[in-house]
Amino acid sequence: MTHGLTEAQFLEMAASFLGPFYIALAAMNGLAAFYLWRTNQMKTWFKLPIPFVGKSVNVTNALVWLAVGIVFAILAAVAGSGLASWASLPESWREAINKGTGPVIYSVGTSVGLVVLYFCRGFFVRPAVAWSIWNLMWLFLGLSMTDRDFYEIVAKPDNVPIVMLVFLLAFFTWLATSRAVENDKRIENGEPPLEKLDNEKVLVWPDLVYIELICMIALTAFLIFWAIALPAPLEEAASSVKTPNPSKAPWYFLGLQEMLVYYDPWMAGVVLPSLIVAGLMAIPYIDFNKKGNGYYTIKERRFSYAVFQFGFLEMWVTLIVLGTLLRGPNWNFFGPYEHWDAHKVEALNNVNLAEYFWERGLGMSLPATPELLWLSDLLRPFGQFFSILFGRELPGTLLVLGYFVALPPILAVFVMPGFYKRMGFLRFMVLANLMLFMASLPIKMVLRWVFNLKYLISIPEFFFNF
Amino acid sequence: MPGLGEIIRESQIWKSIFRHPMPLDRRNRIVVMLTNFFLHLHPVSIKKQGIALSYTWCMGGVTFFLFLVETVTGVLLMFYYRPTVEWAYTDIQMLRDVHSLGILREIHRWGAHAMVITVWLHMYRVFLTGSYKPPREFNWVIGVFLLLLTLLLSFTGYLLPWDQLAVWAITVGSNMARATPILGHEGPGQQLLTLGGVDMITNASDARFALLGAREVGEETLNRFYILHCIAIPLAVALLLAIHFWRVRKDGGISGPL
Repeated sequence: MTHGLTEAQFLEMAASFLGPFYIALAAMNGLAAFYLWRTNQMKTWFKLPIPFVGKSVNVTNALVWLAVGIVFAILAAVAGSGLASWASLPESWREAINKGTGPVIYSVGTSVGLVVLYFCRGFFVRPAVAWSIWNLMWLFLGLSMTDRDFYEIVAKPDNVPIVMLVFLLAFFTWLATSRAVENDKRIENGEPPLEKLDNEKVLVWPDLVYIELICMIALTAFLIFWAIALPAPLEEAASSVKTPNPSKAPWYFLGLQEMLVYYDPWMAGVVLPSLIVAGLMAIPYIDFNKKGNGYYTIKERRFSYAVFQFGFLEMWVTLIVLGTLLRGPNWNFFGPYEHWDAHKVEALNNVNLAEYFWERGLGMSLPATPELLWLSDLLRPFGQFFSILFGRELPGTLLVLGYFVALPPILAVFVMPGFYKRMGFLRFMVLANLMLFMASLPIKMVLRWVFNLKYLISIPEFFFNF
Repeated sequence: MPGLGEIIRESQIWKSIFRHPMPLDRRNRIVVMLTNFFLHLHPVSIKKQGIALSYTWCMGGVTFFLFLVETVTGVLLMFYYRPTVEWAYTDIQMLRDVHSLGILREIHRWGAHAMVITVWLHMYRVFLTGSYKPPREFNWVIGVFLLLLTLLLSFTGYLLPWDQLAVWAITVGSNMARATPILGHEGPGQQLLTLGGVDMITNASDARFALLGAREVGEETLNRFYILHCIAIPLAVALLLAIHFWRVRKDGGISGPL
């Protein structure tokens, strides 16, 4: 996209985007200040003494956001006039971010971030805190857009929806969490949730149909604006000989493609997606908690909330972001400001569990595959498969069987006896197995990072690797 | 002299279409909801919190509207597009560079991306408000089917421009089907299905072949995906949408605290 442009031409292109971008952010903060002022929600955060006069000014939240808006307006002028180097992250920071990131840091970091957000949600949903984070997210995007490699990836037409998704999810997660936090407080005090307050009935015409009409018009305008501002992706004509590197599936499947790093295609591409769909459908039937129906709450349904948020935000969305924005040629990891170099080499020395066990542990060679010539043609593949499964691959087979067969009863008796009692055998087993499948991805990630473990069970003869 | 508006509203034609006066008073605002085909999807009255944007996010409605946008722009695009390897890419290029309403294609493409996002946000809201709980369990299941069909609509549409992005994304995506257990020719258990020593599951008979209509993404795939994209999946979506909306009403309308 920026291919063939000189540095000056690229900065001009970035400037034409960043000017309006920062003006919009300035307007956003100005409107926030105006809203706080008009609705009398101003709070004095601190008093700023004016030197030599002896008086002091009350610094209110509205004043702070107005000041932030002015900063953005100045940034608009700076970045829009082509002085992009003044409106970008220092080179040393970008280097540090590139060096510091990798699949491990990224995955662990986002997980830890989510845990912190969850436990400190009371702090993060406060409007001033949330608004600061919101501003910082946009500022980070703006400052990064002057970096050519970052721009190349984020502004690629097909990746634009992901950037939108990230900001929309941040906003809606805040909205839902702030209402849940408030509802939880109300319920503790014996009050009904917020949703109970507006209990009076209104006529659908006009109260709802007008909302729908306005939504439709706004959405149409937005789509037309988007279509004019940004041409839809269209690359050169298809060619069966020119394989792009990296070759990527559509962005909403890139979480699955990222799973290919840890799983074989039959798991990442077929079994796990089927289980995701089946698991989603099973949610209403395994969630026996009657509370939290029709209002936002966290405390009344901690377990289902935590599992869903981890599954959706961490294992679906952040994997998509990783697969789309940070995976380059040969599916190598590239930092956000790193050039996608097709010749970047990363040593892959992953080892199967069977090799660890027989060769490195016991110092012998892998057991050979039995011929089983005495079996009929029809039965021989079955015989061979199972003799490998319980021969050469025995350590992995025992681990996997233990994980999926022995763990659910242990969970039922020792870890979640309350769940088991209320759910009954079948529903509990479905829940336990779905959760174990879900947990197998982070477990496989950690095994890969720590032990370079490739597969627990590896039977390439039958395309069966786990 | 009656005004023009009054003449129109008093005419037999108008009265045959709208069987009640303008919805200006309470009685007629109720009647309009009951007698208009498009409006009767709604209840007559609703709890105030049920239409609060901070509660509903309006994402289900936005998704449905995007589906309508995709349908209308999609039909118009079909006038300009031939699903053959020879013409597909050229026709899309013409939409961009020649035809005056070529912007329909950008709207269709961006609307499709937006629809995937809004479906997710709608499900996110439904989960966070616990709205899948009884009596709405089965409507959530229908919703999951609709999610799946939305992704399939987007996936089949991805191929139609027949550019590098399209063909390789579908190649990567459909390569997964090769590894389907038992039914994919590189899937576990593929060797188990043999007949007289001959493999039944080969690259010309496995799940991927059924998806693509050929061994590689080619002419047959384009035709197959085009028909799925324009006819089969939209029909399935329309049916499930109807059930989805009907059940929203039958299960007690939009969720809320009891």
